[in-house]
Amino acid sequence: MTTAAGSGHPTSSLSAVEIVSALYFGGVMRYDPKLPDWPDRDRFILSKGHAAPVLYAALAEAGYLPREELLTLRKLGSRLEGHPNMRRLPGVEASTGSLGQGLSIGIGHALAARLDRRDYRVYVMLGDGENDQGQVWEAAMAAAKYRLDNLVAITDRNGYQQTGPTAKVLDLSPLTQKWSAFHWHTLEINGHDVPQVLAALDEARRTKDKPTAIIAKTEKGHGIIPLLEELKDTNYHGKVLPKDVAEKALQMIGE
Amino acid sequence: MPFGSAIGLKMGKATRDAFGLALAEAGKTRPDLVVLDGDVYNSTRTEYFAAQFPDRFFNVGIAESNLVGVAAGLAASGKVSVLASFAAFVMCNAYDQLRMSVAFPHLNVKVVGTHAGISIGEDGPSQMGIEDVALACALPGFTVVVPADEPSAHRATMEMIAHAGPVYLRAGRPNVPIVYPNGCELRLGRANRLRDGSDVTLIANGIMVAAALEAAAALEAKNVRARVLDMHTVKPLDRDAIAQASRETGALVIAEEHLAAGALGAAVAEAAAELAPCPIRYVNLDDRFAESGAPEELLKKYGLTPDAIVSAAQQAIAAKQR
Repeated sequence: MTTAAGSGHPTSSLSAVEIVSALYFGGVMRYDPKLPDWPDRDRFILSKGHAAPVLYAALAEAGYLPREELLTLRKLGSRLEGHPNMRRLPGVEASTGSLGQGLSIGIGHALAARLDRRDYRVYVMLGDGENDQGQVWEAAMAAAKYRLDNLVAITDRNGYQQTGPTAKVLDLSPLTQKWSAFHWHTLEINGHDVPQVLAALDEARRTKDKPTAIIAKTEKGHGIIPLLEELKDTNYHGKVLPKDVAEKALQMIGE
Repeated sequence: MPFGSAIGLKMGKATRDAFGLALAEAGKTRPDLVVLDGDVYNSTRTEYFAAQFPDRFFNVGIAESNLVGVAAGLAASGKVSVLASFAAFVMCNAYDQLRMSVAFPHLNVKVVGTHAGISIGEDGPSQMGIEDVALACALPGFTVVVPADEPSAHRATMEMIAHAGPVYLRAGRPNVPIVYPNGCELRLGRANRLRDGSDVTLIANGIMVAAALEAAAALEAKNVRARVLDMHTVKPLDRDAIAQASRETGALVIAEEHLAAGALGAAVAEAAAELAPCPIRYVNLDDRFAESGAPEELLKKYGLTPDAIVSAAQQAIAAKQR
């Protein structure tokens, strides 16, 4: 998708594939693509909006849009903008791209569920580097204050942000302990191991009186790491694979 | 407040009080109304709503970015979200959140900035919202309202809640004179003509409306007939009223408790320049921060007075006769 678009964030999307797939296709989330505004739907907010391709691919697979439309990514007139736009594409729950904002929006949805006595759940995916943002921690405190056990924050801990390793740019460690200290139930998992992801989401569902933070250790560019190594850039942030490499990548992932 | 007593205006409550009371009243008929505050609810007066509807009130702490985001999420799930903090804090601290989480998806979030302007007094420049209207006007799709007194702030609050889409409402800290003694009709985007005149039009909002009325009375004593418009809605602007005022009176004075950049003065001048150019003079804070002091002393020192409006009107009238 990003190679066809000529720009985008393929590696940031690849680190989140198993988690997003587990949510949409692992029997976790309740949704109906024919009723995108169904009040009882579960909400998925991609706070790391630059990974829009993984969201669009999931929404296409789920039936919100035709698969052919995926190749219109980032083109003028397309509903598939560079970062998700909730006003254009049904199934997109929040317009993101300015990092740090999705969890607060998720809290709003989770509070609305409580007010309306609805049992929908809210899943927010944050980027690793996104945890730099102060707003994330404002939101973390608020979610704990309101004991939002219908809210799950998943950090795609792929180890990188735009200019380098998260450990070097602004060290977040110990990240899991930070979320624990903010009174969240925390889980550390391998974000590419689907059974682990499903088990974590199930544990979150069974956790009462507090929100759950899942720190999912992932690889940026998971599935095509050898190709990134050949390109001598295992971060490969915000740029697209050359056409020949993209074809190899698709073969490697198994299309 | 120094304004209005010279022309017999009676003192009313602060616009923040009127907002808070109206909000509590609206809560009775609007079960979808939720209110959020950045831990200043006893200053913004969302306390009245909180006392009556604790389940629909959220104090999220001194965290304006999250305040705006949570309000956006509630609105996206069907609520009418009203959030309040000091104008300086919510507009300046959470501007990106207002832009991306509220304006871009055009959500039904009502942002109320209290303690606007320099008339908050002694607390000084860090607490004074003097750029909030300009910032709000630069958010696509936002309606921006600056009510003048207690009755109109009450009406504006009700109109804001009924309006579909994002709104910024500016409210002040001190008690202000009542310019609408018999209650008021207030329609968003429609200026109210409080006094008619043919020589000059005084266009004002917020606390400067009372100052403009006092200035108009002083001008009358000098045989100058001034029209006074309460331009409570800065966006969308009542362009017809401006064009009419320009054509019929030939000179405009625009008075507001705000920086010169990007607010009422700039918006009115832009419309007048396009529709019906005429001499214009401004009464505002120009391009500077104020300081601590008693509200009356500050308004005088920084030129936000009826006298300043009178002299601006005389200059504008002189300019049209050249």
